[in-house]
Amino acid sequence: MKYLLTLASLIMSCSIVQADSLLITNALVWTAKQETVADTDIYIVDGLIKRIGPGLDELSSDVTIDAAGRLVTPAFFAGITAVGLSEIGMVYEAVDSRLNAIYTGLMHPEFDVRDAYNPHSSVVPVTRVEGYGYTLLAAAPGDRTLSGRGSLVRLDGGFGSFEGSTVIFVNVDGSSGDMVGGSRAAHWMLLEAAFAEQNTADSDLKLITPLGKAALKDAQRTGIFVFRANRASDIIRVLQFAKERRLNAVISGGQEAWMVRDALSDARIPVVINALDNLPRSFDALGARLDNAAMLHAAGVKVLFTSGETHNARKVRQVAGNAVAHGLPHSAAMAAMTTEPAAVFGGQRREIAAGRLADLVVWSGDPLDVNAAADVVIAGGVPDPMTSRQTQLLQRYLPENAGLGRAYIRP
Amino acid sequence: MPFTLPLLIALSLFVSNPVLAEAFPSTYQSRPSTPVLFTNATILTGDGERLEQADLYVSDGQIKWVGEGTPAEDARTIDASGRWITPGLIDVHSHLGVYPSPGVAAHSDGNEATAPVTAEVWAEHSIWPQDPGFSRALASGVTSMQVLPGSANLFGGRGVTLKNVTSRSYQGMKFPGAPYGLKMACGENPKRVYGGRKQAPSTRMGNVAAYRNAWIRAQRYVEDWDRYEDALQAPDAARGSEGGGDSVASAMLKSSPPKRDLELETLAGALRGDIIVHMHCYRADEMLTILDMADEFGYRVGTFHHGVEAYKIANELAQHRVCGALWADWWGFKIEAYDGIQENIALVDRPEGGCAIVHSDSDEGIQRLNQEAAKAMLRGNRAGLDIPPERAIRWITSNAAKSLGVEDRVGSLRPGMMADIVVWNQDPFSVYAKPLQVYVDGALLHEADNPALNPQSDFELGQLMGVAP
Repeated sequence: MKYLLTLASLIMSCSIVQADSLLITNALVWTAKQETVADTDIYIVDGLIKRIGPGLDELSSDVTIDAAGRLVTPAFFAGITAVGLSEIGMVYEAVDSRLNAIYTGLMHPEFDVRDAYNPHSSVVPVTRVEGYGYTLLAAAPGDRTLSGRGSLVRLDGGFGSFEGSTVIFVNVDGSSGDMVGGSRAAHWMLLEAAFAEQNTADSDLKLITPLGKAALKDAQRTGIFVFRANRASDIIRVLQFAKERRLNAVISGGQEAWMVRDALSDARIPVVINALDNLPRSFDALGARLDNAAMLHAAGVKVLFTSGETHNARKVRQVAGNAVAHGLPHSAAMAAMTTEPAAVFGGQRREIAAGRLADLVVWSGDPLDVNAAADVVIAGGVPDPMTSRQTQLLQRYLPENAGLGRAYIRP
Repeated sequence: MPFTLPLLIALSLFVSNPVLAEAFPSTYQSRPSTPVLFTNATILTGDGERLEQADLYVSDGQIKWVGEGTPAEDARTIDASGRWITPGLIDVHSHLGVYPSPGVAAHSDGNEATAPVTAEVWAEHSIWPQDPGFSRALASGVTSMQVLPGSANLFGGRGVTLKNVTSRSYQGMKFPGAPYGLKMACGENPKRVYGGRKQAPSTRMGNVAAYRNAWIRAQRYVEDWDRYEDALQAPDAARGSEGGGDSVASAMLKSSPPKRDLELETLAGALRGDIIVHMHCYRADEMLTILDMADEFGYRVGTFHHGVEAYKIANELAQHRVCGALWADWWGFKIEAYDGIQENIALVDRPEGGCAIVHSDSDEGIQRLNQEAAKAMLRGNRAGLDIPPERAIRWITSNAAKSLGVEDRVGSLRPGMMADIVVWNQDPFSVYAKPLQVYVDGALLHEADNPALNPQSDFELGQLMGVAP
């Protein structure tokens, strides 16, 4: 109860003052050097970090938060998700993340899920209050090799909070071979053909539309291709294709990435994994193991994390924690949850340094452990009210006395 | 007197239950073990107590004493300073073996989705004991689990409780003497599966009508067998009075036992209380409907599974002594899971008599029951409920054992209980906690970083030849 009251008083102070300046005092700061510094204050003006250091508590600010020695980090990366695209997984009327059965054989790399993004989805605050500031908004694998495109999005509730490079999602995972005629080899046949059409006159295009052709061209020049692949041989095929086409590539899935870690390291291709994968759930994942992240990191491969979930995207810090439990250095996992995803996908720099975005979190403990949670989330320099549909359901059902009925408890 | 009494009893048993032997009995054998004394451990007993720097003594596959006692002279001593000891973890909701890895279509053996009422099927007959998921769960401290059919059907069939040991057949894993479960399902899944085929049920009201029709048939089945068995048991009232012999009706009854029906046999077992009902149900209103239906037909719901809205009716669940087997934070994958909150488990645990359980329903979640419990504990504490580790551990030990009807054998570290034990490297409620040793019936069956005690399934053997770690 004490916690809820503290939170309520914080909400009060915030809803009255739209903070232009915010001071966080006595923080244990996770710095840009991927280490912690104690007894530090952070002064924020107009959504940006202005100054960092001890003894800033004499500066005047609209709102002050006493971190009381707690860890403060950049807001976490929620992984590759459909937050804002999928209100309820199996309610197909409320899902916009996937393009399927469009009744032509065409691939649509120009299918852009950002056009469907809804910042008012209940999933946005549910995710944000757990300490997450941004996610990679993805076109989910549909029935084409090219799934579509997306980008990073800040979970600040804005309509246009996209940032970073345009990301094209390519599905070459063996499990989807049946979608393209029964063999994963067809993914490559179609991809090669689609890329070759970049030299074809618009009137003669067979596999992509003129818009798709332009989208591929753009992405080759300035974008990123995320290839969904798990089996070692599929990953090697991605490396070959990315090299030939000079693509800025990222692997997602990567359950057998550890087997080809040196090749990934040489090609400087990052891998986004779910570090909980340790079962041979398919013949593409016979090599799945819990120390995948640790081995990749040791070989010099950049590792990021995703949970494979949208609604429960908040689980991704548990995913990172498990990677640490199985050998990944804690600091590498922290970087993978804060600064690295923005660096990989071309977003604003996520680090606690002057001039940087003030998307920050005050944690109750080790954010990679399941016994800690986000105490305060700051989005664009403004403390979040820390409310979501779920916190309100709790407030409705926590009291033992329902009075006239729970529907009269209006948090 | 045509028969001697013992022969009469034998014959009546034979006729009334025309099964020559118990079907698919457990062939479980505990592994050889030697006496072990654990010293200086932090012990969570599983039933609510926490002991510091305490000793635990195991012999003959049983817990002999906790705290104070005398070990046998030949007992091996394990210094457990800094370690935590808990009962072996129990998952009341698993599909290991019936939806095994690799999850290829031909391995999809968990839902007999060909009719909404398939109480006649038994999950155990789908279990592939070579599922690599079993050894992963063992490495995570899970020593017992219930494997259930899926939720496509209103009555999905029988679940079975297993001890998590390697075996060439599920029978070698079957928990001796554990009652069967009956898997039932509410809500979206059955109505989607059958409604999608323009079949009943296609609505929630269709679900309830179909449950009730099945229970009515099962009641009749119970009555038929009761009448028949009463007739066999009854002292022959007619003999010696009206010229001897049975009445015509009684003689006919005795000579024509009701026909066995596998579907109704399982439902009858639930009505009689021999089989525990495990009900997949998300919404609070549906759970209340089900509790009423159970009253109508005179059976008990043992546990609601998933119960994403269980927190809305925590008091009613406690009053009915129904457990809630729940997730820490999974929500939103369908609309009946839209109101999930992370405090669900803690709120179901709150009332006097509340029986909260962390379940997995997942080959990943079963490997992290301690982490899932840790998250639920954290949320409860942040909401102002006071939940120490010794209370939260009940959610994955003694409460789970209660749900499966085996609480007198496993789930707590008390004298006489099966010695299913996990030695953790630290407080288990952390992402960094790992089982160092896992004992089943006193036998050490898993040890971290010891290849000799990391069992591997036949499926995994010889894969990825030539790949060096």
